[in-house]
Amino acid sequence: MSVIESTDPALAEASVGAAPRPARRPRRRPMRPAGVAKRVLHYVVLAAVLVLLMGPFVYTLGTSLKGDADSVFSYPPYFIPRDPTLENFAKVAEIIPVWTFIGNSLIVATVSTITNILFGSMAGWALARLRFRGNASAYLLFLATLVIPFEVIFISVFLTSKQLGLVDTLAGVILPSAVTGFSILLFRTAFGSLAKAVDEAAVIDGASEFQRYWRVSMPQVKGTMAVVGIFSFMFAWDDFLWPQIVLTSQQNYTLTVGLEFLAGAFADDQKVVAAGTMIAVIPLIVAFFIAQKWFFRGAGEGAVKG
Amino acid sequence: MRPRRLLTPWLLLAPALAVALVFHIVPFFRTVQLSFTDFRLSSGGQYIGLENFGALASSEVFWLSAGNTLLYVVVVVPLLVALPLLLALLVQPKIPAMPFFRASFYTPVIASMVVVGLIWVFLLKEQGPVNWLLQTLRIVQEPLPFLTDGTLLLFSCMLVTVWKGLGFYMVIYLTALANVPGELHEAAQVDGAGSIRRFWSVTIPSVRPTMLLVGVLSAIAAMKVYAEIYVIAGPTAGPGGTVRSMVFTIREVGSGFDGQIGYAAAMSLVLFVFTIGLTVVLQKLNRENREA
Repeated sequence: MSVIESTDPALAEASVGAAPRPARRPRRRPMRPAGVAKRVLHYVVLAAVLVLLMGPFVYTLGTSLKGDADSVFSYPPYFIPRDPTLENFAKVAEIIPVWTFIGNSLIVATVSTITNILFGSMAGWALARLRFRGNASAYLLFLATLVIPFEVIFISVFLTSKQLGLVDTLAGVILPSAVTGFSILLFRTAFGSLAKAVDEAAVIDGASEFQRYWRVSMPQVKGTMAVVGIFSFMFAWDDFLWPQIVLTSQQNYTLTVGLEFLAGAFADDQKVVAAGTMIAVIPLIVAFFIAQKWFFRGAGEGAVKG
Repeated sequence: MRPRRLLTPWLLLAPALAVALVFHIVPFFRTVQLSFTDFRLSSGGQYIGLENFGALASSEVFWLSAGNTLLYVVVVVPLLVALPLLLALLVQPKIPAMPFFRASFYTPVIASMVVVGLIWVFLLKEQGPVNWLLQTLRIVQEPLPFLTDGTLLLFSCMLVTVWKGLGFYMVIYLTALANVPGELHEAAQVDGAGSIRRFWSVTIPSVRPTMLLVGVLSAIAAMKVYAEIYVIAGPTAGPGGTVRSMVFTIREVGSGFDGQIGYAAAMSLVLFVFTIGLTVVLQKLNRENREA
Protein backbone atom coordinates (compact mmCIF):
# COMPACT_ATOMS: atom_id res chain seq x y z
CA MET A 1 0.00 0.00 0.00
CA SER A 2 1.29 3.40 -0.96
CA VAL A 3 0.87 4.78 2.56
CA ILE A 4 3.45 2.47 4.02
CA GLU A 5 5.82 2.89 1.11
CA SER A 6 5.69 6.64 1.38
CA THR A 7 6.82 6.67 4.98
CA ASP A 8 10.09 5.19 3.74
CA PRO A 9 12.29 8.30 3.27
CA ALA A 10 14.00 7.10 0.08
CA LEU A 11 10.72 6.37 -1.64
CA ALA A 12 9.12 9.52 -0.37
CA GLU A 13 11.99 11.48 -1.88
CA ALA A 14 11.59 9.64 -5.17
CA SER A 15 7.92 10.45 -5.32
CA VAL A 16 8.62 14.05 -4.43
CA GLY A 17 11.01 14.17 -7.37
CA ALA A 18 8.27 12.88 -9.59
CA ALA A 19 5.79 15.51 -8.44
CA PRO A 20 5.21 18.28 -10.96
CA ARG A 21 6.81 21.56 -9.98
CA PRO A 22 8.00 24.67 -11.76
CA ALA A 23 11.52 23.36 -11.25
CA ARG A 24 13.70 24.86 -13.97
CA ARG A 25 14.05 28.24 -12.38
CA PRO A 26 17.52 28.47 -10.85
CA ARG A 27 16.22 30.19 -7.68
CA ARG A 28 14.47 27.01 -6.60
CA ARG A 29 16.75 24.67 -4.75
CA PRO A 30 16.16 20.91 -4.63
CA MET A 31 14.28 19.74 -1.54
CA ARG A 32 16.39 20.01 1.56
CA PRO A 33 16.58 17.17 4.14
CA ALA A 34 14.28 19.24 6.36
CA GLY A 35 11.74 19.28 3.51
CA VAL A 36 11.93 15.53 3.13
CA ALA A 37 11.46 15.04 6.87
CA LYS A 38 8.44 17.31 6.71
CA ARG A 39 6.96 15.29 3.85
CA VAL A 40 7.52 12.03 5.72
CA LEU A 41 5.87 13.48 8.81
CA HIS A 42 2.94 14.59 6.62
CA TYR A 43 2.40 11.00 5.46
CA VAL A 44 2.71 9.68 9.00
CA VAL A 45 -0.09 12.01 10.14
CA LEU A 46 -2.18 11.06 7.09
CA ALA A 47 -1.71 7.38 7.90
CA ALA A 48 -2.75 7.96 11.52
CA VAL A 49 -5.96 9.72 10.44
CA LEU A 50 -6.56 6.93 7.93
CA VAL A 51 -6.44 4.35 10.73
CA LEU A 52 -8.82 6.48 12.78
CA LEU A 53 -11.40 6.93 10.00
CA MET A 54 -11.11 3.69 8.00
CA GLY A 55 -9.95 1.39 10.81
CA PRO A 56 -13.44 0.85 12.25
CA PHE A 57 -14.74 -0.34 8.86
CA VAL A 58 -11.77 -2.66 8.30
CA TYR A 59 -12.02 -4.04 11.83
CA THR A 60 -15.76 -4.72 11.39
CA LEU A 61 -15.10 -6.38 8.02
CA GLY A 62 -12.61 -8.68 9.78
CA THR A 63 -15.15 -9.45 12.48
CA SER A 64 -17.82 -10.29 9.92
CA LEU A 65 -15.50 -12.95 8.46
CA LYS A 66 -14.64 -14.58 11.80
CA GLY A 67 -15.63 -18.20 12.33
CA ASP A 68 -16.69 -20.24 15.36
CA ALA A 69 -13.13 -20.72 16.58
CA ASP A 70 -12.46 -16.97 16.52
CA SER A 71 -12.99 -14.71 19.48
CA VAL A 72 -14.66 -11.35 18.98
CA PHE A 73 -13.54 -9.70 22.20
CA SER A 74 -9.96 -10.69 22.88
CA TYR A 75 -7.10 -8.80 24.48
CA PRO A 76 -5.25 -7.81 22.36
CA PRO A 77 -7.89 -7.56 19.63
CA TYR A 78 -7.13 -8.92 16.16
CA PHE A 79 -9.08 -8.43 12.96
CA ILE A 80 -7.66 -11.00 10.54
CA PRO A 81 -9.84 -14.07 11.13
CA ARG A 82 -8.00 -17.28 12.07
CA ASP A 83 -11.01 -19.37 11.09
CA PRO A 84 -12.38 -17.36 8.13
CA THR A 85 -15.91 -18.04 6.94
CA LEU A 86 -18.78 -16.46 5.00
CA GLU A 87 -21.30 -18.15 7.27
CA ASN A 88 -22.21 -14.91 9.09
CA PHE A 89 -23.46 -13.40 5.84
CA ALA A 90 -25.60 -16.47 5.20
CA LYS A 91 -26.96 -16.17 8.75
CA VAL A 92 -28.00 -12.55 8.15
CA ALA A 93 -30.06 -13.72 5.16
CA GLU A 94 -31.66 -16.44 7.32
CA ILE A 95 -32.61 -14.08 10.15
CA ILE A 96 -33.93 -11.14 8.12
CA PRO A 97 -35.12 -10.98 4.49
CA VAL A 98 -32.04 -8.97 3.64
CA TRP A 99 -32.51 -9.24 -0.14
CA THR A 100 -35.97 -7.74 0.18
CA PHE A 101 -34.55 -4.88 2.26
CA ILE A 102 -31.79 -4.27 -0.29
CA GLY A 103 -34.40 -4.30 -3.06
CA ASN A 104 -36.56 -1.79 -1.17
CA SER A 105 -33.59 0.49 -0.51
CA LEU A 106 -32.55 0.27 -4.17
CA ILE A 107 -36.05 1.20 -5.34
CA VAL A 108 -36.29 4.13 -2.91
CA ALA A 109 -32.80 5.45 -3.70
CA THR A 110 -33.06 5.01 -7.48
CA VAL A 111 -36.49 6.60 -7.81
CA SER A 112 -35.46 9.45 -5.53
CA THR A 113 -32.35 10.06 -7.65
CA ILE A 114 -34.36 10.18 -10.88
CA THR A 115 -37.13 12.41 -9.51
CA ASN A 116 -34.66 14.83 -7.91
CA ILE A 117 -32.74 15.21 -11.18
CA LEU A 118 -35.84 15.42 -13.38
CA PHE A 119 -38.24 17.52 -11.28
CA GLY A 120 -35.41 19.53 -9.71
CA SER A 121 -34.04 20.52 -13.12
CA MET A 122 -37.49 21.30 -14.51
CA ALA A 123 -38.24 23.66 -11.64
CA GLY A 124 -34.72 25.07 -11.57
CA TRP A 125 -34.84 25.77 -15.30
CA ALA A 126 -38.21 27.53 -15.11
CA LEU A 127 -36.97 29.69 -12.23
CA ALA A 128 -33.68 30.57 -13.91
CA ARG A 129 -34.75 30.90 -17.54
CA LEU A 130 -38.39 31.98 -17.77
CA ARG A 131 -39.91 35.32 -16.84
CA PHE A 132 -43.41 34.96 -15.50
CA ARG A 133 -45.64 36.33 -12.80
CA GLY A 134 -45.03 34.35 -9.60
CA ASN A 135 -41.40 33.42 -10.27
CA ALA A 136 -40.12 35.18 -7.15
CA SER A 137 -42.87 33.73 -4.96
CA ALA A 138 -42.17 30.19 -6.17
CA TYR A 139 -38.46 30.74 -5.42
CA LEU A 140 -39.25 31.93 -1.89
CA LEU A 141 -41.48 28.93 -1.32
CA PHE A 142 -38.62 26.55 -2.17
CA LEU A 143 -36.28 28.53 0.08
CA ALA A 144 -38.80 28.12 2.89
CA THR A 145 -38.70 24.33 2.57
CA LEU A 146 -34.95 24.56 3.27
CA VAL A 147 -35.49 26.58 6.43
CA ILE A 148 -38.08 24.19 7.88
CA PRO A 149 -36.22 21.06 9.09
CA PHE A 150 -38.05 17.84 8.28
CA GLU A 151 -37.52 16.79 11.92
CA VAL A 152 -39.88 19.62 12.94
CA ILE A 153 -42.76 18.56 10.68
CA PHE A 154 -42.50 14.77 10.39
CA ILE A 155 -45.37 14.18 12.82
CA SER A 156 -47.82 16.09 10.66
CA VAL A 157 -46.28 14.75 7.43
CA PHE A 158 -47.16 11.35 8.87
CA LEU A 159 -50.80 12.48 9.29
CA THR A 160 -50.84 13.71 5.69
CA SER A 161 -49.34 10.45 4.47
CA LYS A 162 -51.96 8.55 6.42
CA GLN A 163 -54.77 10.52 4.78
CA LEU A 164 -53.24 9.92 1.35
CA GLY A 165 -52.95 6.18 2.01
CA LEU A 166 -49.15 6.31 1.81
CA VAL A 167 -48.37 4.72 5.18
CA ASP A 168 -46.39 1.48 4.88
CA THR A 169 -45.63 2.01 1.19
CA LEU A 170 -42.34 2.77 -0.53
CA ALA A 171 -44.04 5.72 -2.26
CA GLY A 172 -44.65 7.12 1.21
CA VAL A 173 -40.93 6.88 1.94
CA ILE A 174 -39.95 8.54 -1.34
CA LEU A 175 -42.46 11.36 -1.80
CA PRO A 176 -41.42 13.89 0.89
CA SER A 177 -37.87 14.01 -0.54
CA ALA A 178 -38.77 13.26 -4.17
CA VAL A 179 -37.59 16.74 -5.09
CA THR A 180 -35.80 18.77 -2.42
CA GLY A 181 -35.22 22.51 -2.21
CA PHE A 182 -31.52 21.71 -2.30
CA SER A 183 -31.81 20.04 -5.75
CA ILE A 184 -33.98 22.85 -7.14
CA LEU A 185 -31.64 25.61 -5.98
CA LEU A 186 -28.53 23.83 -7.25
CA PHE A 187 -30.12 23.49 -10.70
CA ARG A 188 -31.38 27.08 -10.61
CA THR A 189 -27.83 28.39 -10.02
CA ALA A 190 -26.37 26.07 -12.65
CA PHE A 191 -28.90 27.11 -15.32
CA GLY A 192 -28.56 30.75 -14.29
CA SER A 193 -24.83 30.74 -15.03
CA LEU A 194 -25.21 29.36 -18.58
CA ALA A 195 -24.51 31.70 -21.50
CA LYS A 196 -27.70 33.35 -22.76
CA ALA A 197 -26.59 33.44 -26.42
CA VAL A 198 -27.17 29.75 -27.21
CA ASP A 199 -30.58 29.90 -25.60
CA GLU A 200 -31.53 33.02 -27.56
CA ALA A 201 -30.39 31.41 -30.81
CA ALA A 202 -32.65 28.46 -30.01
CA VAL A 203 -35.57 30.85 -29.46
CA ILE A 204 -34.97 32.44 -32.85
CA ASP A 205 -34.83 28.97 -34.41
CA GLY A 206 -38.33 28.47 -33.05
CA ALA A 207 -37.49 25.96 -30.33
CA SER A 208 -40.21 25.39 -27.75
CA GLU A 209 -39.55 25.88 -24.04
CA PHE A 210 -39.38 22.16 -23.58
CA GLN A 211 -36.77 21.77 -26.33
CA ARG A 212 -34.71 24.60 -24.88
CA TYR A 213 -34.77 22.97 -21.46
CA TRP A 214 -34.14 19.41 -22.51
CA ARG A 215 -31.90 19.74 -25.58
CA VAL A 216 -30.06 23.02 -25.04
CA SER A 217 -29.69 23.52 -21.30
CA MET A 218 -29.69 20.03 -19.76
CA PRO A 219 -26.58 18.75 -21.59
CA GLN A 220 -24.63 21.71 -20.17
CA VAL A 221 -25.21 20.95 -16.48
CA LYS A 222 -23.91 17.38 -16.22
CA GLY A 223 -21.77 18.27 -13.18
CA THR A 224 -24.80 19.49 -11.26
CA MET A 225 -26.76 16.41 -12.33
CA ALA A 226 -23.99 14.25 -10.88
CA VAL A 227 -23.94 16.12 -7.58
CA VAL A 228 -27.72 16.12 -7.18
CA GLY A 229 -27.86 12.46 -8.19
CA ILE A 230 -25.13 11.29 -5.82
CA PHE A 231 -26.49 13.24 -2.84
CA SER A 232 -30.08 12.12 -3.49
CA PHE A 233 -29.03 8.48 -3.72
CA MET A 234 -26.87 8.66 -0.60
CA PHE A 235 -29.52 10.48 1.40
CA ALA A 236 -32.26 8.02 0.44
CA TRP A 237 -30.04 4.97 1.04
CA ASP A 238 -28.92 6.20 4.48
CA ASP A 239 -32.11 7.82 5.81
CA PHE A 240 -33.49 6.31 9.00
CA LEU A 241 -36.04 8.50 10.85
CA TRP A 242 -38.68 8.81 8.11
CA PRO A 243 -38.63 5.19 6.82
CA GLN A 244 -38.78 4.05 10.44
CA ILE A 245 -41.91 6.16 11.01
CA VAL A 246 -43.78 5.48 7.80
CA LEU A 247 -43.03 1.78 7.30
CA THR A 248 -44.84 -0.61 9.62
CA SER A 249 -44.55 -4.10 8.16
CA GLN A 250 -41.28 -5.93 7.87
CA GLN A 251 -41.45 -6.78 4.18
CA ASN A 252 -41.43 -3.06 3.36
CA TYR A 253 -38.41 -2.12 5.51
CA THR A 254 -35.50 -0.37 3.90
CA LEU A 255 -32.02 -1.63 4.72
CA THR A 256 -31.29 0.84 7.55
CA VAL A 257 -34.54 0.03 9.35
CA GLY A 258 -34.02 -3.70 8.79
CA LEU A 259 -30.47 -3.50 10.07
CA GLU A 260 -31.55 -1.78 13.28
CA PHE A 261 -34.13 -4.54 13.69
CA LEU A 262 -31.41 -7.19 13.19
CA ALA A 263 -29.15 -5.50 15.73
CA GLY A 264 -31.97 -5.23 18.24
CA ALA A 265 -32.88 -8.90 17.95
CA PHE A 266 -29.36 -10.34 17.71
CA ALA A 267 -27.30 -7.90 19.72
CA ASP A 268 -25.28 -10.75 21.23
CA ASP A 269 -24.11 -12.23 17.96
CA GLN A 270 -21.52 -9.61 17.07
CA LYS A 271 -20.30 -11.44 13.97
CA VAL A 272 -23.77 -11.51 12.41
CA VAL A 273 -24.40 -7.81 13.18
CA ALA A 274 -20.99 -7.01 11.67
CA ALA A 275 -21.90 -8.97 8.53
CA GLY A 276 -25.18 -7.04 8.31
CA THR A 277 -23.46 -3.67 8.46
CA MET A 278 -20.97 -4.77 5.80
CA ILE A 279 -23.79 -5.81 3.46
CA ALA A 280 -25.22 -2.30 3.80
CA VAL A 281 -22.01 -0.35 3.41
CA ILE A 282 -19.64 -2.24 1.08
CA PRO A 283 -21.58 -1.59 -2.17
CA LEU A 284 -21.66 2.12 -1.32
CA ILE A 285 -17.92 2.26 -0.50
CA VAL A 286 -16.98 0.41 -3.71
CA ALA A 287 -19.19 2.68 -5.84
CA PHE A 288 -17.79 5.74 -4.09
CA PHE A 289 -14.13 4.81 -4.63
CA ILE A 290 -14.85 4.21 -8.32
CA ALA A 291 -16.63 7.57 -8.67
CA GLN A 292 -14.55 9.59 -6.20
CA LYS A 293 -12.51 11.56 -8.74
CA TRP A 294 -15.68 12.68 -10.43
CA PHE A 295 -17.41 13.31 -7.10
CA PHE A 296 -14.80 15.68 -5.66
CA ARG A 297 -14.65 17.60 -8.92
CA GLY A 298 -18.45 17.83 -9.09
CA ALA A 299 -18.80 18.76 -5.42
CA GLY A 300 -16.27 21.53 -5.88
CA GLU A 301 -18.07 22.84 -8.96
CA GLY A 302 -21.46 22.67 -7.30
CA ALA A 303 -20.25 24.50 -4.23
CA VAL A 304 -18.58 27.24 -6.24
CA LYS A 305 -21.65 27.72 -8.37
CA GLY A 306 -24.05 27.39 -5.45
CA MET B 1 -48.37 35.37 -26.08
CA ARG B 2 -50.22 32.15 -26.63
CA PRO B 3 -51.94 30.66 -23.60
CA ARG B 4 -49.75 27.58 -23.82
CA ARG B 5 -46.75 29.80 -23.15
CA LEU B 6 -48.34 31.16 -20.01
CA LEU B 7 -48.85 27.65 -18.74
CA THR B 8 -45.37 26.32 -19.50
CA PRO B 9 -43.57 27.61 -16.39
CA TRP B 10 -46.25 26.16 -14.18
CA LEU B 11 -46.14 22.80 -15.92
CA LEU B 12 -42.40 22.66 -15.31
CA LEU B 13 -42.83 23.75 -11.69
CA ALA B 14 -45.84 21.54 -10.95
CA PRO B 15 -44.14 18.41 -9.49
CA ALA B 16 -41.74 20.45 -7.34
CA LEU B 17 -44.51 22.77 -6.13
CA ALA B 18 -46.74 19.82 -5.28
CA VAL B 19 -44.06 18.13 -3.17
CA ALA B 20 -43.06 21.39 -1.46
CA LEU B 21 -46.64 22.32 -0.62
CA VAL B 22 -48.06 18.92 0.35
CA PHE B 23 -45.04 17.60 2.28
CA HIS B 24 -43.35 20.73 3.65
CA ILE B 25 -45.32 23.98 3.70
CA VAL B 26 -48.77 22.71 4.60
CA PRO B 27 -47.43 20.29 7.27
CA PHE B 28 -45.57 23.20 8.84
CA PHE B 29 -48.75 25.24 9.29
CA ARG B 30 -50.55 22.10 10.36
CA THR B 31 -47.90 21.54 13.03
CA VAL B 32 -48.56 25.04 14.34
CA GLN B 33 -52.29 24.38 14.35
CA LEU B 34 -51.96 20.94 15.98
CA SER B 35 -49.79 22.33 18.76
CA PHE B 36 -52.88 24.10 20.14
CA THR B 37 -54.93 20.89 20.24
CA ASP B 38 -54.93 17.66 22.23
CA PHE B 39 -55.03 15.66 19.00
CA ARG B 40 -54.35 11.94 19.38
CA LEU B 41 -53.89 9.43 16.59
CA SER B 42 -56.63 7.19 17.95
CA SER B 43 -59.26 9.66 19.09
CA GLY B 44 -58.87 13.00 17.33
CA GLY B 45 -58.85 16.17 19.43
CA GLN B 46 -59.91 19.74 19.99
CA TYR B 47 -58.52 23.20 20.62
CA ILE B 48 -56.94 23.56 24.07
CA GLY B 49 -55.03 26.83 23.73
CA LEU B 50 -51.56 26.90 25.22
CA GLU B 51 -52.03 23.85 27.43
CA ASN B 52 -49.45 21.76 25.55
CA PHE B 53 -46.81 24.41 26.08
CA GLY B 54 -47.67 24.60 29.78
CA ALA B 55 -47.36 20.83 30.00
CA LEU B 56 -43.99 21.01 28.26
CA ALA B 57 -42.70 23.60 30.70
CA SER B 58 -43.43 21.33 33.63
CA SER B 59 -42.28 18.11 31.94
CA GLU B 60 -39.04 16.63 33.21
CA VAL B 61 -38.61 14.55 30.05
CA PHE B 62 -38.89 17.66 27.91
CA TRP B 63 -36.25 19.58 29.88
CA LEU B 64 -34.00 16.54 29.85
CA SER B 65 -34.34 16.28 26.05
CA ALA B 66 -33.80 20.01 25.52
CA GLY B 67 -30.79 20.05 27.88
CA ASN B 68 -29.18 17.07 26.17
CA THR B 69 -29.78 18.62 22.75
CA LEU B 70 -28.21 21.94 23.74
CA LEU B 71 -25.26 20.13 25.36
CA TYR B 72 -24.90 18.23 22.10
CA VAL B 73 -24.65 21.50 20.16
CA VAL B 74 -22.17 23.02 22.62
CA VAL B 75 -19.82 20.03 22.48
CA VAL B 76 -20.14 18.96 18.86
CA VAL B 77 -20.13 22.29 17.00
CA PRO B 78 -16.69 23.61 18.09
CA LEU B 79 -15.15 20.23 17.26
CA LEU B 80 -16.80 20.15 13.84
CA VAL B 81 -15.71 23.71 13.07
CA ALA B 82 -12.06 23.14 14.06
CA LEU B 83 -11.12 19.52 13.24
CA PRO B 84 -12.31 19.39 9.60
CA LEU B 85 -10.33 22.57 8.87
CA LEU B 86 -7.14 20.87 10.08
CA LEU B 87 -8.09 17.81 8.06
CA ALA B 88 -8.64 19.92 4.94
CA LEU B 89 -5.21 21.54 5.37
CA LEU B 90 -3.76 18.04 5.72
CA VAL B 91 -5.23 16.74 2.44
CA GLN B 92 -4.95 19.98 0.46
CA PRO B 93 -1.38 19.65 -0.94
CA LYS B 94 -1.23 17.91 -4.32
CA ILE B 95 1.20 15.14 -3.35
CA PRO B 96 1.12 11.46 -4.35
CA ALA B 97 -1.73 9.26 -3.03
CA MET B 98 -3.77 12.28 -1.90
CA PRO B 99 -6.96 11.34 -3.83
CA PHE B 100 -6.90 8.03 -1.96
CA PHE B 101 -6.64 9.79 1.42
CA ARG B 102 -9.39 12.28 0.58
CA ALA B 103 -11.77 9.54 -0.48
CA SER B 104 -10.95 7.46 2.60
CA PHE B 105 -11.54 10.37 4.95
CA TYR B 106 -14.94 10.88 3.30
CA THR B 107 -16.02 7.25 3.74
CA PRO B 108 -17.73 7.70 7.16
CA VAL B 109 -19.95 10.33 5.49
CA ILE B 110 -21.32 8.00 2.83
CA ALA B 111 -22.11 5.21 5.31
CA SER B 112 -25.49 5.51 6.99
CA MET B 113 -25.70 6.56 10.64
CA VAL B 114 -27.25 3.19 11.45
CA VAL B 115 -24.20 1.34 10.08
CA VAL B 116 -21.76 3.73 11.74
CA GLY B 117 -23.66 3.56 15.03
CA LEU B 118 -23.67 -0.23 15.06
CA ILE B 119 -19.94 -0.35 14.26
CA TRP B 120 -19.16 1.95 17.19
CA VAL B 121 -21.47 0.07 19.55
CA PHE B 122 -19.21 -2.89 18.85
CA LEU B 123 -15.94 -0.92 19.22
CA LEU B 124 -17.05 0.75 22.47
CA LYS B 125 -18.18 -2.43 24.28
CA GLU B 126 -16.75 -3.09 27.73
CA GLN B 127 -14.27 -5.65 26.33
CA GLY B 128 -13.99 -3.95 22.93
CA PRO B 129 -10.95 -2.59 21.08
CA VAL B 130 -11.32 1.00 22.31
CA ASN B 131 -11.19 -0.05 25.94
CA TRP B 132 -8.27 -2.37 25.16
CA LEU B 133 -6.40 0.56 23.63
CA LEU B 134 -7.14 2.90 26.54
CA GLN B 135 -5.99 0.27 29.03
CA THR B 136 -2.87 -0.66 27.07
CA LEU B 137 -1.86 2.99 26.87
CA ARG B 138 -2.55 3.14 30.63
CA ILE B 139 -5.02 6.00 30.19
CA VAL B 140 -7.55 4.10 32.29
CA GLN B 141 -7.20 1.23 34.76
CA GLU B 142 -10.67 -0.28 34.40
CA PRO B 143 -12.64 -0.45 31.12
CA LEU B 144 -14.92 2.58 30.69
CA PRO B 145 -18.66 1.83 30.55
CA PHE B 146 -19.21 3.76 27.30
CA LEU B 147 -22.54 2.09 26.59
CA THR B 148 -23.99 1.50 30.04
CA ASP B 149 -23.35 4.75 31.91
CA GLY B 150 -25.92 7.45 31.08
CA THR B 151 -23.51 10.39 30.88
CA LEU B 152 -20.80 8.50 29.00
CA LEU B 153 -23.42 7.17 26.61
CA LEU B 154 -24.36 10.68 25.53
CA PHE B 155 -20.69 11.49 24.93
CA SER B 156 -20.29 8.25 22.96
CA CYS B 157 -23.10 9.44 20.67
CA MET B 158 -21.32 12.80 20.27
CA LEU B 159 -18.08 11.00 19.42
CA VAL B 160 -19.88 9.14 16.63
CA THR B 161 -21.53 12.33 15.32
CA VAL B 162 -18.15 14.07 15.13
CA TRP B 163 -16.39 11.04 13.63
CA LYS B 164 -19.00 10.72 10.88
CA GLY B 165 -19.15 14.46 10.18
CA LEU B 166 -15.42 15.20 9.78
CA GLY B 167 -15.24 14.32 6.07
CA PHE B 168 -18.36 16.26 5.11
CA TYR B 169 -17.13 19.57 6.52
CA MET B 170 -13.60 18.80 5.28
CA VAL B 171 -14.90 18.97 1.69
CA ILE B 172 -16.60 22.32 2.38
CA TYR B 173 -13.31 23.69 3.75
CA LEU B 174 -11.37 22.28 0.78
CA THR B 175 -13.51 24.34 -1.59
CA ALA B 176 -12.92 27.43 0.53
CA LEU B 177 -9.17 26.84 0.77
CA ALA B 178 -8.94 26.45 -3.00
CA ASN B 179 -10.16 30.05 -3.29
CA VAL B 180 -7.49 31.50 -0.95
CA PRO B 181 -4.99 33.30 -3.21
CA GLY B 182 -1.57 31.63 -3.03
CA GLU B 183 0.11 35.06 -3.10
CA LEU B 184 -1.10 35.77 0.44
CA HIS B 185 0.84 32.81 1.79
CA GLU B 186 3.90 33.66 -0.30
CA ALA B 187 3.89 37.27 0.86
CA ALA B 188 3.63 36.17 4.48
CA GLN B 189 6.44 33.70 3.94
CA VAL B 190 8.67 36.41 2.48
CA ASP B 191 7.92 38.48 5.59
CA GLY B 192 9.29 35.61 7.64
CA ALA B 193 6.03 34.18 8.98
CA GLY B 194 6.28 30.50 9.99
CA SER B 195 3.59 28.00 9.14
CA ILE B 196 1.78 28.38 12.48
CA ARG B 197 1.81 32.16 12.15
CA ARG B 198 0.50 31.89 8.59
CA PHE B 199 -2.28 29.58 9.77
CA TRP B 200 -3.53 32.22 12.23
CA SER B 201 -3.02 35.34 10.13
CA VAL B 202 -3.69 34.11 6.57
CA THR B 203 -5.69 30.87 6.59
CA ILE B 204 -8.13 31.59 9.43
CA PRO B 205 -9.17 35.09 8.24
CA SER B 206 -9.70 33.88 4.68
CA VAL B 207 -11.90 30.92 5.67
CA ARG B 208 -13.82 32.77 8.40
CA PRO B 209 -17.08 32.94 6.38
CA THR B 210 -16.79 29.20 5.75
CA MET B 211 -16.25 28.59 9.47
CA LEU B 212 -19.54 30.38 10.12
CA LEU B 213 -21.26 28.27 7.47
CA VAL B 214 -19.86 25.08 9.01
CA GLY B 215 -20.88 26.31 12.46
CA VAL B 216 -24.47 26.95 11.36
CA LEU B 217 -24.76 23.70 9.40
CA SER B 218 -23.33 21.56 12.19
CA ALA B 219 -25.43 23.35 14.83
CA ILE B 220 -28.64 22.74 12.88
CA ALA B 221 -27.62 19.11 12.35
CA ALA B 222 -26.85 18.71 16.07
CA MET B 223 -30.26 20.17 17.02
CA LYS B 224 -31.87 17.42 14.93
CA VAL B 225 -29.79 14.55 16.32
CA TYR B 226 -31.76 11.31 16.34
CA ALA B 227 -30.34 8.23 14.59
CA GLU B 228 -27.13 7.97 16.62
CA ILE B 229 -29.11 8.24 19.88
CA TYR B 230 -31.59 5.60 18.77
CA VAL B 231 -28.93 3.17 17.53
CA ILE B 232 -26.34 3.62 20.28
CA ALA B 233 -28.49 4.25 23.36
CA GLY B 234 -31.29 2.00 22.09
CA PRO B 235 -35.05 2.45 21.64
CA THR B 236 -35.47 3.01 25.39
CA ALA B 237 -32.93 5.88 25.50
CA GLY B 238 -30.31 4.18 27.66
CA PRO B 239 -30.40 3.37 31.36
CA GLY B 240 -33.34 5.14 33.01
CA GLY B 241 -34.37 6.60 29.64
CA THR B 242 -32.11 9.62 30.15
CA VAL B 243 -30.13 9.56 26.88
CA ARG B 244 -32.63 11.31 24.64
CA SER B 245 -32.69 14.25 22.24
CA MET B 246 -35.63 16.44 21.34
CA VAL B 247 -36.34 14.60 18.08
CA PHE B 248 -36.08 11.30 19.97
CA THR B 249 -38.77 12.42 22.42
CA ILE B 250 -40.95 13.94 19.68
CA ARG B 251 -40.95 10.61 17.88
CA GLU B 252 -41.55 8.69 21.10
CA VAL B 253 -44.63 10.67 22.17
CA GLY B 254 -45.96 11.42 18.68
CA SER B 255 -45.88 8.05 16.95
CA GLY B 256 -47.38 4.70 17.67
CA PHE B 257 -51.00 3.62 17.91
CA ASP B 258 -51.98 6.27 20.46
CA GLY B 259 -49.49 8.98 19.55
CA GLN B 260 -50.06 12.35 21.28
CA ILE B 261 -49.83 14.34 18.07
CA GLY B 262 -50.76 17.71 19.58
CA TYR B 263 -48.20 17.48 22.36
CA ALA B 264 -45.50 16.29 19.92
CA ALA B 265 -46.35 19.17 17.58
CA ALA B 266 -45.86 21.68 20.41
CA MET B 267 -42.43 20.21 21.11
CA SER B 268 -41.62 20.34 17.39
CA LEU B 269 -42.38 24.06 17.36
CA VAL B 270 -40.06 24.62 20.32
CA LEU B 271 -37.35 22.76 18.38
CA PHE B 272 -38.01 24.98 15.37
CA VAL B 273 -37.69 28.15 17.42
CA PHE B 274 -34.46 26.86 19.01
CA THR B 275 -33.02 26.06 15.58
CA ILE B 276 -33.86 29.44 14.08
CA GLY B 277 -32.70 31.22 17.24
CA LEU B 278 -29.37 29.43 17.23
CA THR B 279 -28.75 30.35 13.60
CA VAL B 280 -29.45 34.01 14.33
CA VAL B 281 -27.20 34.01 17.43
CA LEU B 282 -24.31 32.42 15.54
CA GLN B 283 -24.65 34.97 12.76
CA LYS B 284 -24.68 37.84 15.25
CA LEU B 285 -21.64 36.47 17.10
CA ASN B 286 -19.74 36.35 13.85
CA ARG B 287 -20.63 39.93 13.00
CA GLU B 288 -19.46 41.22 16.38
CA ASN B 289 -16.31 39.17 16.04
CA ARG B 290 -15.53 40.89 12.79
CA GLU B 291 -16.16 44.37 14.08
CA ALA B 292 -13.94 43.76 17.10
